[in-house]
Amino acid sequence: MNITGKTAFAAVAITAALALAACGSDGGSSAGTSASGSSSTNCVSGSIKASGSTAQKNAMAEWINSYQKSCNGATIDYQANGSGAGIKDFINKQTAFAGSDSALKDQDKTDADARCAAGPAIDLPMVGGAIVAAYNVSGVDKLVLTPEILSGIFSNTITKWNDPKIAAANSGVTLPDATIAQFHRSDSSGTTDNWTKYLAAAGGSAWTFDHAKDWKAPGGQGAKGNDGVGAAIKSTPNSIGYVELSFALNNKLATAWVDNGAGAIEPTSANAAKTIAAATVGGSGNDIVLTLDYKTTTGYPAVLVTYEITCEKGGDAALVPLTKSFLTYTASDAAQATLSTTGYVPITGDVLTKVRASVASIS
Amino acid sequence: MSTTLEPPGAAAPATGTPDIRGAAVRRGDRVFVGLSRGAGILILVTMAAIAVFLIWKSIPSLQANTANFFTTSEWSPDAKPVVFGIAALLFGTLMTALIAMLLAVPVGIGIALFIAHYASRRLASTLGFVTDLLAAVPSIIFGMWGIQFLTPQLQGFLQWLTTYFGWIPIFQNDLGIYTRSILIAGIVLAIMVLPTISAISREVFVQTPRTHIEAALALGATRWEMVRMAIFPFARPGMISASMLGLGRALGETIAVALLLSATYEINWHITEPGGITFAANIALKWNEAGTIGLSALVASGLVLFVITLAVNMGARLIIARRSEFSGAN
Repeated sequence: MNITGKTAFAAVAITAALALAACGSDGGSSAGTSASGSSSTNCVSGSIKASGSTAQKNAMAEWINSYQKSCNGATIDYQANGSGAGIKDFINKQTAFAGSDSALKDQDKTDADARCAAGPAIDLPMVGGAIVAAYNVSGVDKLVLTPEILSGIFSNTITKWNDPKIAAANSGVTLPDATIAQFHRSDSSGTTDNWTKYLAAAGGSAWTFDHAKDWKAPGGQGAKGNDGVGAAIKSTPNSIGYVELSFALNNKLATAWVDNGAGAIEPTSANAAKTIAAATVGGSGNDIVLTLDYKTTTGYPAVLVTYEITCEKGGDAALVPLTKSFLTYTASDAAQATLSTTGYVPITGDVLTKVRASVASIS
Repeated sequence: MSTTLEPPGAAAPATGTPDIRGAAVRRGDRVFVGLSRGAGILILVTMAAIAVFLIWKSIPSLQANTANFFTTSEWSPDAKPVVFGIAALLFGTLMTALIAMLLAVPVGIGIALFIAHYASRRLASTLGFVTDLLAAVPSIIFGMWGIQFLTPQLQGFLQWLTTYFGWIPIFQNDLGIYTRSILIAGIVLAIMVLPTISAISREVFVQTPRTHIEAALALGATRWEMVRMAIFPFARPGMISASMLGLGRALGETIAVALLLSATYEINWHITEPGGITFAANIALKWNEAGTIGLSALVASGLVLFVITLAVNMGARLIIARRSEFSGAN
């Protein structure tokens, strides 16, 4: 039942994507000029499919739209069906690349390498994101929270807004004597995984639940999806919950500044980009796996990185040129710059340089 | 049955044996028999295929599971060690369905009775149309309506319930939060299964033999006594099967419940507190991001739901079958 539902939905999504693609190719001469503006877009015509992470959905839609405008005859379908499903599609050779909230590991890595045969499957960090604590407390315009406080709120040990710990971090702010209505995700999600990774790393002994895609801590209420949590916060007084930055911006929700020990940092795309740029690069060869420093004091710390996964060598020969061309475009300055306007976080600095080198190695 | 008096086409599909007049069976009849029998077999094959698929796909997770599948509440199939079980799912599913049944059966039967035997013809057809229309509303709409509209409206009532009936353990609320609870999900489910129950009950009520009704009224029975003595005994199996079919829908309802429940994997008898999860909602919430074992575990939970709904529907069919034997209508 569920499967047929998904298939039907996929069919609709694909139809919609094709319709959009048709519209995009009507762009005409104006598209041609923008292509020359974005420097090195080396157009390749053809059609590729990709699928995976829902977190990248809007970024991909934006990129695909501008790539197809610049390059007549190119069609890229990105189906946002979840990271797990995207990796499975890639392993089963149904897609040219996968979008994923985390780098390949364990059995998936083995299977993906086997799929590529001639060369390993590589992870390319391409889209960054920030997870913010959005809140709805009337009269509180700026709220500063530390990882210990966040851990306490989200594991149900801090239950009042006027808790001494919150008050200490927000001197001069009048906090209501009200119960905190805490919201988390009821569905499995990379957002939950990354948020709990941050709490586990920075929260110290205040967070005892490790990280997982499923919410494990007691208390609070679950809502489905970023939009569900956002809507719940908006409609519930004295509430707090974690959502991706873009959802907080779109819903005009107030977001808490985070103080990792050296002053409060505003959750903005630019501040989050600093944390990603400072990440430790792991992975062998052209495989780029980032390890984020959640205890950073120079950038907004609760960030996430999503990857594109493709074959370094051994991809379907007919699809490699377009895949490479498109990924070259997504790693360009122009493409990364559009991320910050849509609530995502661009990849910058050395990390981006490495990503470009890895994309160049695809053959 | 007097087979010889009926046209040959009516008898042949039912029996499948050579017609009483030997070679007089037409080719069209044979084709029709074949097609209808094929359709019948196809549905059985489909059911068997679903069962085989569910069992086959659930084996890997059941082998990897380190906890008891039936008594564990936690759901962490992709963790190490693999721990998952259906206790909380079963509790949430049965509890929401039970609440839905408690609310929907009396109201549904009341609506059906009113339409069939009390309302004027014009009102009856309008009301019947409106109830049937309720069945056409997509379930996601019910879910969104439940969370955006019904939940805020119910806050006062639920607080009142806790204040005055909090001494009954299930209405106790230690948190002071009355949203995303099993009770609210049950209420929304009740509205969703209402059309099923009232439509089938209405059909059965209308079939009550005129003679039974007139006999009751002739003996001096009031309207209500007539309903009790003539209609209910005749329609009881139909009412039961209507409820069972409604129950089947309540057990399997997915997206509305997924939107409404807070999804906590524990057995909490305080039905006004946030919490609860059902089989179908759990599958909807976890499917996209599940790993290999996670998917298999979801399929295993689907297998349990399949068995439960199958049992419920077979129970309903059995009762319907008994009804035709005991019916006084023929």
